[in-house]
Amino acid sequence: MSDHKTMTLTLIVWRQKNASDPGKFETYTAKNITDHHSFLEMLDCVNEDLILEGKEPIVFDHDCREGICGMCSQVINGAPHGGQERTTVCQLHMRKFKDGDTIYIEPWRARAFPIVKDLVVDRTALDTIIQAGGYTSCHTGGVADGNAILIPKPVADEAMDAAECVGCGACVAGCPNGAAMLFTGAKVSQLSLLPQGKGEAAARVKAMTAAMTECGFGNCTNHYECQAACPKGINVKFIARMNRDFLKAQFA
Amino acid sequence: MQLSSSSIGRKILMAVTGQVMILFALVHLIGNTTIFGWLHGGINAYAEHLHALPPLVWAFRLFMLAAVSIHIWFGIQLTIENSGGRPQQYAVKSTQKATFASENMIWSGLLILAFIVYHLLHFTMKLIPGMVLTTDPEGTVNVFTMVVSSFQNVFVCAIYAGGMVALFLHLTHGIQSSSQTLGCSNNRTLPVIIKAGTLVALAFLVGYLTIPLSIFAGFLKG
Ligand code: HEM
Ligand code: SF4
Ligand code: FES
Repeated sequence: MSDHKTMTLTLIVWRQKNASDPGKFETYTAKNITDHHSFLEMLDCVNEDLILEGKEPIVFDHDCREGICGMCSQVINGAPHGGQERTTVCQLHMRKFKDGDTIYIEPWRARAFPIVKDLVVDRTALDTIIQAGGYTSCHTGGVADGNAILIPKPVADEAMDAAECVGCGACVAGCPNGAAMLFTGAKVSQLSLLPQGKGEAAARVKAMTAAMTECGFGNCTNHYECQAACPKGINVKFIARMNRDFLKAQFA
Repeated sequence: MQLSSSSIGRKILMAVTGQVMILFALVHLIGNTTIFGWLHGGINAYAEHLHALPPLVWAFRLFMLAAVSIHIWFGIQLTIENSGGRPQQYAVKSTQKATFASENMIWSGLLILAFIVYHLLHFTMKLIPGMVLTTDPEGTVNVFTMVVSSFQNVFVCAIYAGGMVALFLHLTHGIQSSSQTLGCSNNRTLPVIIKAGTLVALAFLVGYLTIPLSIFAGFLKG
């Protein structure tokens, strides 16, 4: 890729030693960046330079780097995952930026997500919501016959759409209220849509939404910033569906 | 679990009470347009029919008071809780879908509250100075004269205009929001509901403002 022109960028990055440190922005220069670098690879380059200079590298979360695990989590110029439609930070490429750009990089900011270090936040709260009811209780044993329970294709498809959620928390980061309604709506719906999940639907939606509040997530005011932030294109119709499930559960 | 203690439950209570108020606003608007004379006897006859059964009037007032109180109570509570939902703002503000109306629901709501108080002091309790209160032979206040004389004052018109703009803003977000909260929308219907809600809000704005403006412009005379 030597024939590629390279870019130099100014990064304004949130640095915070730990949860109790107030934190501050630091400015760095990213040099020799090409179109083909992913955003995380660009940060890797900056970190290599920092290490060579004897400075502490920028700490950020990542794992698969192919858009499926939901670990990467950065707010870029105010937009979770950088604001490119259906794209995680790891799948965001530097061709989206121009030589000389200034880029603000911040962690997810929400009451329920305390900052661990720099750009890494603690997303345990999302697991707490899942533990409250994001499962079905069923007998284990021999593998069930694949077609024992018939599920209409449109229903299966909709459940799959909900199940696309990778639990990254961008919806919370994008929400001015720090609400987790899109995440919880997706998790409630993927189960309550299917026959195996219907049995516990009422208890599940009550427990998961209660856990949501206990974890410190805010209340939904239907701005729909979550859907705009979601790298998996989860639709706010799943929030409406959860609200519907919640209403039904009051009479169950 | 109690509706009043859960996040979605409280939103449902707000949505239901909000829709009750919208229904009221619709009936109230239709009633007010009798000032243009389409009902035999005009707004005076309408006002008289409306108050014919005092116990019913009071039952309805208490019902509306309950709806408004629940709505305001949870509106303020949820807003306070949400104000700490993101303890530190981003250095770069970039909203994709939120609107001026959706971000300022509490302020448009509180303006509406201030307006409602003024409006009750004005035409219900008749305590705002500057309006002509004549009594008909039967002993009832002439509502037509009262309204027309009030809206000849530019300040009174401005207060009503301000109240209605606040209502417009509140409803451009509130109508679609309440439908989503009650689980009545999906990916196909939501964009339609957002547009329809804005149109309804606009209809309220135009409808309500027609009355003071046509009086101020001299189309309706006492
Ligand atoms: C009297 C003072 C009022 C206050 C303080 C107030 C405050 C609020 C607040 C804070 C919200 C929540 C914002 C959100 O969820 O996006 C809201 C929502 C709403 N308001 Fe009001 N409001 C008032 C009056 C009204 C009136 C007069 C109406 C109708 C004519 C109305 C209709 C609605 C509707 C339909 C919603 C949406 C509810 C939902 O999404 O669940 N409000 N209001
Ligand atoms: S709904 Fe979207 S943004 Fe929210 S956690 Fe799931 S994948 Fe991430
Ligand atoms: S690192 Fe796995 S989705 Fe980005």
